[in-house]
Amino acid sequence: MSDLTDLSIAQARDLLAKGELSSRELTTGHVDAMAEASVLNAMITEMSDVALAMADASDSRRATGTAGALEGIPLAIKDLFCTKGTLTTAGSHILDGFKPPYESTVSDNLWQAGAVMLGKTNMDEFAMGSSNETSYYGPVQNPWRRDGDNQALVPGGSSGGSAAAVAGRFAMAATATDTGGSIRQPAAFTGTVGCKPTYGRCSRWGVVAFASSLDQAGPITRDVRDNAIMLGAMAGYDPKDSTSADVPLPDFEAALSGDIRGLNIGVPKEYVLDGMPGEIETLWQQGIGWLKDAGAEIIDISLPHTKYALPAYYIVAPAEASSNLARYDGVRFGLRESGEDLTEMYENTRAAGFGAEVRRRVLIGTYVLSAGYYDAYYLKAQKIRRLIAQDFQEVYEDVDAILTPSAPSAAFPFGDKSDDPIAMYLNDVFTVPANLAGLPGISVPAGLSGDGLPLGLQILAPAFDEETMFRVAGVVEEAAAFTAQPAQWWRSGQ
Amino acid sequence: MSVDKATVARIAHLARIGVREEELEPLAVELSGILQWIEQLNEVNTDDVPPMASVHDKALRWRDDVITDGGKQGDIVANAPDGQNGFFAVPKVIE
Repeated sequence: MSDLTDLSIAQARDLLAKGELSSRELTTGHVDAMAEASVLNAMITEMSDVALAMADASDSRRATGTAGALEGIPLAIKDLFCTKGTLTTAGSHILDGFKPPYESTVSDNLWQAGAVMLGKTNMDEFAMGSSNETSYYGPVQNPWRRDGDNQALVPGGSSGGSAAAVAGRFAMAATATDTGGSIRQPAAFTGTVGCKPTYGRCSRWGVVAFASSLDQAGPITRDVRDNAIMLGAMAGYDPKDSTSADVPLPDFEAALSGDIRGLNIGVPKEYVLDGMPGEIETLWQQGIGWLKDAGAEIIDISLPHTKYALPAYYIVAPAEASSNLARYDGVRFGLRESGEDLTEMYENTRAAGFGAEVRRRVLIGTYVLSAGYYDAYYLKAQKIRRLIAQDFQEVYEDVDAILTPSAPSAAFPFGDKSDDPIAMYLNDVFTVPANLAGLPGISVPAGLSGDGLPLGLQILAPAFDEETMFRVAGVVEEAAAFTAQPAQWWRSGQ
Repeated sequence: MSVDKATVARIAHLARIGVREEELEPLAVELSGILQWIEQLNEVNTDDVPPMASVHDKALRWRDDVITDGGKQGDIVANAPDGQNGFFAVPKVIE
């Protein structure tokens, strides 16, 4: 059955359509692989029985001639998406036992398209982290290890479980969310494709909120075509999300023409960092060469406020988080710790329920919004955010897309950065600007580091032009011909 | 700007997160480090720059003022740590 877990969504879709494969067979292959991979800790909730029942229902629908865009395809769902009647934790102790009485719009769109749910993936607590080490449910292991080395590595974060499930080949694709890089950075660390679409493209309704003006859902997949297929099924206007964009939904898969002749690709000089490994710089130059060979014109550009994106983000995101996380009060859902009075009950519940990184960010957010500091911090950060968005607006008058590295390093060992918050935050230095500006970005695996770990390149595009983003990503993917896979050391007999 | 123990205690209370006395000093050092790193933003002149709260630049949509949902008291209290008779129960607030 192991070959079933090597299929892409597009390949499985064709076999299912021809009747050469059933969703039951496909799902069984992935359910078995998921059970074998439990040491990776990529799943908070495994749902094998539900998956098989959904697969049978899908096969019945197909028999009656109704098949959706993802009919019969087994997927994993990040545990930040509310799933009706199924435990939804956001990786936090404070949501103990929470079973939402409703379904998020994005996951509902996937079920409407015929997809099958394998379970809920592990993640950094409330999506706050870049290594998946802040989850109450324990860290996720990256399926990849360095050549000749058994040391466990982080999968990136916050969507580390989703990335590991796809890279470990027990989910064909997974939903994820990206507030500052939480889709693109783990995709880069695991040799998968991760896309954060334009802000407003996917509904935020039913997605546990971290920073509402930055949060955006997107897919992690094994290749660019599957990513386009998944995004098409996840996205769409939703009146239940006041910032959902009422714009036409293009056929993203049709955008993969392979033809980028005449496109102008920007290369921003500010994305060269002191201390960045030379092999990332080399990979970036290779990527520039691939696009040039495919007929694109390369244009040197400047995004002058890039270095201020990360510190501005670490005001805006914690401020919004401190407000969003006020709802965890021990009254309406999740954990409650008793206290002498109501205030003490709140304080005890939130002390026990939030981990160290969430507490750190709620405190920073509360501070920057508090009387006397609002102008100096929060207002200042909102002004810097405007300058960052304007940087992009100006360069997009001359270029159609931008090519950068996805992350400043490859995957690192557990504990490497967990004592130094700022070192950890620097993981997102190349991804955060797109969140502040609301722009689409995708990470594509493009090569291996000297010690055999995947490295990604990021393609950014103008707002609501995911088609150009996918078109360029497809060309990078084809030129990179990245076929490396992690050794499946966790499987018996391997 | 660096924050001291008293400031950490004050913001922790504002955020309704209980912090033990011995955690205040390490948290003050940690938060001060982050705030000092953030202060590089002061290098940028933003005098004439309007703040940007969201990339969503359109006015929020209006809809008809009609009931679209309801009758879900059971669903709403189903996840409460202490839901009694369709209500959320909390420790006594008024003596």
